[in-house]
Amino acid sequence: MGFWQDFFRKNGKALGLFLLGSVACWMLLMIILPQLFMLDFSFRTNVPPPLWGTEAHGYTFEHYRYMIYGSAQSTESYNFVDLSVFGRTILTAIFVTLIDVALCYPVAYYLAHVATGGWPRLMVMALIVPFWVNELLRAFAFKIMFGSTGIINNFLVAIGILDQPFDFIRNSVALYSGLSYAYILLMIFPIYNAVESLDKNQIEAARDLGSPWWRIHWRVVIPHAKPGITSGCTMVFMLTAGALAAPQILGGPSSLWFTQIIYQAFNQAGNWARGSAYAIILLATCIIFVLCVMKIFKVKLGEIAR
Amino acid sequence: MSADVQLNDVWIRFGDFVAARDVNIHIQEGEFFSFLGPSGCGKTTLLRAVSGFLDPSEGQVLIGGKDMAGIGPNKRPTALIFQNLALFPLMTVWENIAFSLEVKGIGKEERRKKANELLELIALPDQGEKMVNELSGGQKQRVAIARALAAEPDVLLLDEPLSALDLKLRQHMRTELRAIQQRVGITFIYITHDQGEALTMSDHVAVMSQGVIQQVADGSTIYDHPETAFVASFVGENNMFSGKITEVSEEYAVVETPSGMLRARRTKGKGGSLHRGDEAFVFIRPESLKFVNGSAFDNRVNANIKQQEFEGSFWQVFFDVEGNNRTVKLSMVNDGSTLPHEVGDRVELGFSADVAIATPAGELAAE
Repeated sequence: MGFWQDFFRKNGKALGLFLLGSVACWMLLMIILPQLFMLDFSFRTNVPPPLWGTEAHGYTFEHYRYMIYGSAQSTESYNFVDLSVFGRTILTAIFVTLIDVALCYPVAYYLAHVATGGWPRLMVMALIVPFWVNELLRAFAFKIMFGSTGIINNFLVAIGILDQPFDFIRNSVALYSGLSYAYILLMIFPIYNAVESLDKNQIEAARDLGSPWWRIHWRVVIPHAKPGITSGCTMVFMLTAGALAAPQILGGPSSLWFTQIIYQAFNQAGNWARGSAYAIILLATCIIFVLCVMKIFKVKLGEIAR
Repeated sequence: MSADVQLNDVWIRFGDFVAARDVNIHIQEGEFFSFLGPSGCGKTTLLRAVSGFLDPSEGQVLIGGKDMAGIGPNKRPTALIFQNLALFPLMTVWENIAFSLEVKGIGKEERRKKANELLELIALPDQGEKMVNELSGGQKQRVAIARALAAEPDVLLLDEPLSALDLKLRQHMRTELRAIQQRVGITFIYITHDQGEALTMSDHVAVMSQGVIQQVADGSTIYDHPETAFVASFVGENNMFSGKITEVSEEYAVVETPSGMLRARRTKGKGGSLHRGDEAFVFIRPESLKFVNGSAFDNRVNANIKQQEFEGSFWQVFFDVEGNNRTVKLSMVNDGSTLPHEVGDRVELGFSADVAIATPAGELAAE
């Protein structure tokens, strides 16, 4: 009980109650209740709202079953459409996460240990300011840039690399770029924090002992930054897999994102139950995947939170 | 293998700040060489120039006769021991020691064997599997030495590696470092602001101040024959009188001070230019200062005893001397007899010209 006594003595009764109450409200109303509600919904038959709570609104596995086998009338043995979209979403999210690590690690290292004077601050500003722009607008900006008469195609055609404009959108280049950029800050800053706390002398010591630059990174810097890298990967992967705006705007006509299927289930098909089931599947998969990755790379949850 | 190190006309500038000014030093192969100076005097900068982390603005660094310009720290035959040791905390002790072998692409078994040999050398056998942070300060120290030695450098560079240890351990590590140096026989270049370390371990010491090498000599020469006012005031304790030169000969100078005419050996070499009429300092060590008891002395000054302190094997007596606003100190061996005087007594102090040093007036060490 020592913790609570300390807590109330330090903050006073009124402030202590407020802090506890607001955190509890936040957790309960914003996180736990909606998720429980979704979980409950995903196991119920899909009936219109007037029938909610009646006998017709009973429990069933049909939505989870649907995700795997499709509708009972379907001639296919599996629900190939949804499963392939799901698989592609997860794989793309992994790919985007890896791109972000490859992009952000050098930038973070440069910011933390190479740049001097006012440069780091200027670079951080340059990284942050574009994110003042709304996510949708950024996605549209990418769409314009990558369009058939966009600046990139115009430039490549003008200097003669391309004969005719390349369809970046149909070939998912625009989507990958947009997704990679969307959450890049969430990758850079955790890695930056981790790399920055590394004693410069360790880098110099490794160099002095004859190490080439890549081995310094492999043996000294990356092991030190591992919690930060994992933390960034977790966030980027989760958010990318759950992204909606960028796939909606930048995705080609044939490339559906799993969140779009969930969106359709809720908003177009009016099937809240199936939407909930799919959302739960996505959430559970992401959590399991992240836990597995942490296990493989031997990073503890506590280290990530640092 | 061992190699000599030459610094030829080395200047190191950072913008307008001059960290090293026209440094010329030849460090012999296989010797224990120290740079001694107060913090900020440029000694670490010089060490970084030898290890390759920075290039001199002007001049040359030669190791084993080879010009090191444009050769990075990973390609130089030097190994550096950092002030904070910079051991790799995510590797085990033996992986730390064997890191330079790993870099060379040597197989794991052989690395392990070599690491064990070095652990033997630093008297830490069977500690290879531990993580660095499980070791004590002194043990980490020795692991850092082993890690540097594993690279088989021709020159080992040490940047105040003992400063984080407590006094007892520091004194122990001095002896050990010296022993290791003699065993492996390579050149050691040691950076310190602790004169005790420099004087006890080194074959030669370079005293440095504000980027300038003041004197290079062995320890006893530095102590007994300082060449500049800075060396005289920085190394050991010294009483100082300032005045004007009235007479100079080959060996001696006479300085007229407010406390009286003082005759002293004159500095040569770097501090050599002493001329009639120049401002000059006379330095006399506390242990060379005596009470005048009828015996003849070249120099005498009048003083009042201000304070007497008992330090076990020594008595320290402090005086106000006529014409000198600095407190003058005399130390005498405690041979069991009682002190000849009491606080407040007016006494006469004497010293012979041969134990005193006259230098041109110049920069003094901060007290």
